[in-house]
Parts: sequence; structure tokens; C-alpha cells
Amino acid sequence: MLNIQDLHVRVGETEIIKGLSLSVPAGEVHAIMGPNGAGKSTLSYALAGRPGYEVTGGSITLDGEDLTALEPNERAAKGVFLSFQYPLEIPGVPGLTFLRTALNAQRKARGEDEVAAPAFLKLIREKAAALKIDFEMLKRPLNVGFSGGEKKRMEILQMAVLSPRFLILDETDSGLDIDALRIVSEGVNAMRSSDRAMLVITHYQRLLDYIRPDKVHVLAAGRIVASGGPELAQELERSGYDQYASAA
Amino acid sequence: MSLAAAIRTGEVAELPSRRDEDWRWTDLRGLLRAVPPASPPGDAAALAVGPFAVLAEDEVVFLNGRRLMGLDALTIEAGAPRVLALRFVSQAEGTAHHSDFALTLAPGAVLTLLESHESAGEAYVADSALDIRLGEGARLERIVLIDEAADAIAVDSAEVSLAPNAVFAQAVLTRGARRQRSQTRVRHPGGGARVRLDGLYLPAGARLADLTTEVLHQGVDGTTSQLTKGAVRGQARGVFQGRIVVEERADRTDARMGHHALILSERAEVDAKPELLIHADDVACAHGNTVGALDEEALFYAEQRGIPEAEARAMLTEAFLVEVVDRIEHAGARDVARAWVAEHLREEA
Ligand SMILES: Nc1ncnc2c1ncn2[C@@H]1O[C@H](COP(=O)(O)OP(=O)(O)OP(=O)(O)O)[C@@H](O)[C@H]1O
Ligand SMILES: [Mg+2]
Repeated sequence: MLNIQDLHVRVGETEIIKGLSLSVPAGEVHAIMGPNGAGKSTLSYALAGRPGYEVTGGSITLDGEDLTALEPNERAAKGVFLSFQYPLEIPGVPGLTFLRTALNAQRKARGEDEVAAPAFLKLIREKAAALKIDFEMLKRPLNVGFSGGEKKRMEILQMAVLSPRFLILDETDSGLDIDALRIVSEGVNAMRSSDRAMLVITHYQRLLDYIRPDKVHVLAAGRIVASGGPELAQELERSGYDQYASAA
Repeated sequence: MSLAAAIRTGEVAELPSRRDEDWRWTDLRGLLRAVPPASPPGDAAALAVGPFAVLAEDEVVFLNGRRLMGLDALTIEAGAPRVLALRFVSQAEGTAHHSDFALTLAPGAVLTLLESHESAGEAYVADSALDIRLGEGARLERIVLIDEAADAIAVDSAEVSLAPNAVFAQAVLTRGARRQRSQTRVRHPGGGARVRLDGLYLPAGARLADLTTEVLHQGVDGTTSQLTKGAVRGQARGVFQGRIVVEERADRTDARMGHHALILSERAEVDAKPELLIHADDVACAHGNTVGALDEEALFYAEQRGIPEAEARAMLTEAFLVEVVDRIEHAGARDVARAWVAEHLREEA
């Protein structure tokens, strides 16, 4: 599915990702943990194609196709979805309008028919109900004035509606209360399937109790410095990142 | 000095130039070496339907400066609310024309005026002058859609005078032209009269769109609320000149002016001059003026969700501008205006 080889990413004058290699096969969930400032969000932006995040070396492929040559919206149409650590506010554009525009743009890019308004509303009502999101909230400008937790929940709703193939969750658990964490995790787990893969960035073991990862990687100073099974997350919880300072 | 005078006399010296303070951003003198010849009558049979066709009960049409039927003046009597379309159509190439129209609302009359400036030609020079008088308690909502040719020069001027307790609401929407100005001057008597004076400009290419207004508060207890928003693309220019004068003794005036613009490309430009000239003591006045760019992070967020960049820009720009459209009271006209904005934002810059 996703294959990253010796990736280097520069932001402005600074190299943040320094030779990172990672591969996430279809059907698997990989967790990325690591200290603040390690480059986790930078990696997720580079995968999504954010302007200003310049890939200066290495490769990123999704099912063998080079992602770095594609625009962000083209990557999205190929199935890349990034749940933002800090979701943006979109003044003046109701959530419903935004999401329908996005869904139809993706479908058009894939040569599929647009979703008509009634079918779209049915889909979004169903997904919103599962995530316990009040439908009225979708009529408001997207994320404007929403609480941190509401924004995160809205990210997962968008993910559920857009039905991507490769999911990147950048600290989706931060800002969520205990009930919301469970609801959001259930939403994410519902999307696990043999033809999807996920990269879950988090600081906390608790999210991984809900979303069980197949592998855990430690990202420090722009590289993967350790990889292991779910037990690695528990070990990090106990001993922290100090042991990797020298490796980085 | 005016475009109308230049067309009437054929004298280029009559054209406003950058030396006139109010025209320094919209120079006409430097553009024309000679005043073009007068436009022919035009072919009424070739007229397309106007943008507000289905909404209006009656239609007044000026074709190349000539009214197709009836007189150049109209009085609306008190009674049931009326909806009138007023169309200025330029069916000309390289020629010039001028229209004059006077509209009077009798005391208590209620009118929605759906005005359009339409193009079926190119490189013409069009000027129109409107004289609007509102009697005591009359209400007028004027919605103006300006859709001139890219290489046209067009100026429209409205002189509006109000009696006490009259309500005048206006929204001018324009995509500009080679040079295009819409100017409105309101004599505000106070006395409970209310004015809303809104504008929206979205020029692209090499167009210039100019919205110029002046409100003279001459009596106590008058309110003016003004909101203008613009988005400029390509090498286009937007000009906003808003002046509110509160004369001596026009106490308890409440005047608010806002102008907010988005510059969407490196070569686009906005010139703004908001002015509040207050000569009375007891007033509530405020103005805000901002010029900025689209939020690049929000743009990336939309693209990440699959929306192509051009559509994401149009969507966010539309969301910014639509506040002006939402203030239009006439529901049908509001829908026409919203569709018009959406369409033109999605045209190539
Ligand atoms: N625009 C920028 N210019 C220069 N440096 C930047 C820029 N954006 C991020 N950085 C730096 O890149 C490094 C990695 O940041 P990143 O946001 O990827 O960290 P992170 O691992 O996601 O951290 P956190 O756990 O706090 O979310 C940081 O040192 C940060 O200051
Ligand atoms: Mg981060």
C-alpha cells in the first residue's frame, strides 16, 4: 500500500524529515509515536502534499504510484486522507456544502457520477448519527467556533463520508473527552478493512487500546528510530524517549 | 467635468482625469484620444432577456441610450409593492451613448428596482444618470448588476434624495470593465430615514471596477449602514471610495461603513478611500477597512479533502463575498445575485 523510502523533507530552510523509510501494507494499522517537534506532523503534511513542504529526496508511493508528483486534491482522490492535528476553520462555508463539494470533486476525479443531494443527505445523516454529531452543526460554517473535540469529531465524519483508502490520523485523540475518544475510535475501527491502511500518530497509549496497531514506530529527529509490535507503545509509556536521543 | 458632458459635447477635455481628486484611480482622460461617435439606435428585436426578467412586473429598457418605449421619467404611487426592471443595454461597437432616467416614489410607495447594465457589444462608452426621489415614508430597494464588456468604458451615476422616514437600500454588484464606475450620492435628511448602501466587486483580467459613494447627512436621526466587499484577480483593480458626511446639527446620526477586499493574485490591486467627515457632536459613527489574501492553510485543507485549487479559491472567495448578497432583501434578486457571483468567480482570471 504505502511505501516511503529514504524520505527527506525541507520546510523553509530547515530539513525536518531526514531519511525516513516506512511501509504500511494494506489491511494494517501502524502507529507513530515520538517527542514533540520530531517531525510527525511534517511527515503527514508531506504525504498530503502541503505547499511549502518540499520533498528533497526519496520517494512516496501508494500502490506503486508516485504521490509526490500529484497535487493535494489528486492525492485525496487516490484515497489519501489526513485528519489534521489542528483542523482549519472555513468561514462562510457550511459543513454540508464543503463535504458535498469535496465528495463530488473526488468522484469526478475518479470518473464516477456525482452524488445527488438526497443520497448525500442520507449518507451524511447516517454517519453523523454514528459519531453522535448533531446534524444541525453541519449547517454551520465548517469548524468555525467549534470546540477542539468537535473539530476532531468533524474530521472523522469527513473521513467516514469520503471513505479514503489511506488514512493518516494526526493526534486525533488530543482534545477528546473520554466518551468522544471511544466514539471516534469506533468510527475509525469501522473503517478498518483489508484494502485500507492507516497511520495513527499519537502521544498516548490510550488511543491504541481502542485502535489496536499492527506495528508501532518511534519517530525522533526526522527518522524512524525504532519499530515493534503494540508492546513498544507500552514500553514507551514507561520509559519515555530518552533512550532514542542518541539514536537520533 | 463628466463622461456625460464629454459625450454630449464631444470634448475630450470634459473627461474626468487623474487630476480630479475623486477620479485619480479611475482616469478616463488618459484612455481616450477622442470621444467616440454617437451610438446608432440599436436593434430592439435582437435584445436578449435581462438577468431579472422573471422577477419584474414591468420593464424599462434603454438601448444605446434611448428608451425603447415611454418617457424618461416614472412616478410610483403608494399602494401595493411594485417590482420594476430597469435595463441599460449597450449594443454598440466603438461608439458612445448616454441615458437619463428619473424615478420618483410618491409618499408611502414601495418599489424594488432591479437594474442591469448589459453588454451586447464591445469597446463602447456608456454613461447613465439616474435621478431618484423618495417621498415621506417611501421604500426603495435598488439592486444593480453591472455586466459590461471587458473593453468597455462605463459610468453610472445615481443622485438619490430622501424625505424623512424614507428607506433606501442599495446593492451594486459589478465585474468592472476597461474602466467602470458606479457612483451613488445620497442626500440624507435624517428624520428617521434609513439608508443601506452595499457594494460587491469582482473584476478579473485587466478590468477595473470602481464603487464610489457619498452620503450627506443633513438632519438629525438618520442612519446609514454600508458594506462593500471585493475580490480582485489577474491584473484587475478594485476601487472603493466611500464618503459619509455628517453635517453640522445632524445629531444622532448613526453611520457605519465597512470595506473589505481580497487580493487573489500578485498583480491585482485594490485602492480604498473610506472617509467619515463628521461636523456634528452627538453621533455614532464607525468604519472598518481591510485588504487581505485568502487563508493559504484553509485552502490546503480544502484541497486535502479533494477540492481542486481553483474551486477551493472560488468557494472561499464566494463565502467571503456572500455577506453582501445576503443583505439583499428581495429573495428572487438575492438568488440571481448569488448565482451571478458564483458564476463569475469560476471564470478564468
Ligand atoms: N514552517 C516551518 N518553518 C521552520 N520550521 C518548522 C516549520 N514548521 C514546523 N517546523 C519545525 O519542524 C519540526 C517538526 O515539527 P512537527 O510539527 O512535524 O512536529 P511533531 O512531531 O508533529 O510535534 P508535536 O508532537 O508537537 O505535534 C519542529 O521543530 C518545528 O518547529
Ligand atoms: Mg504534530
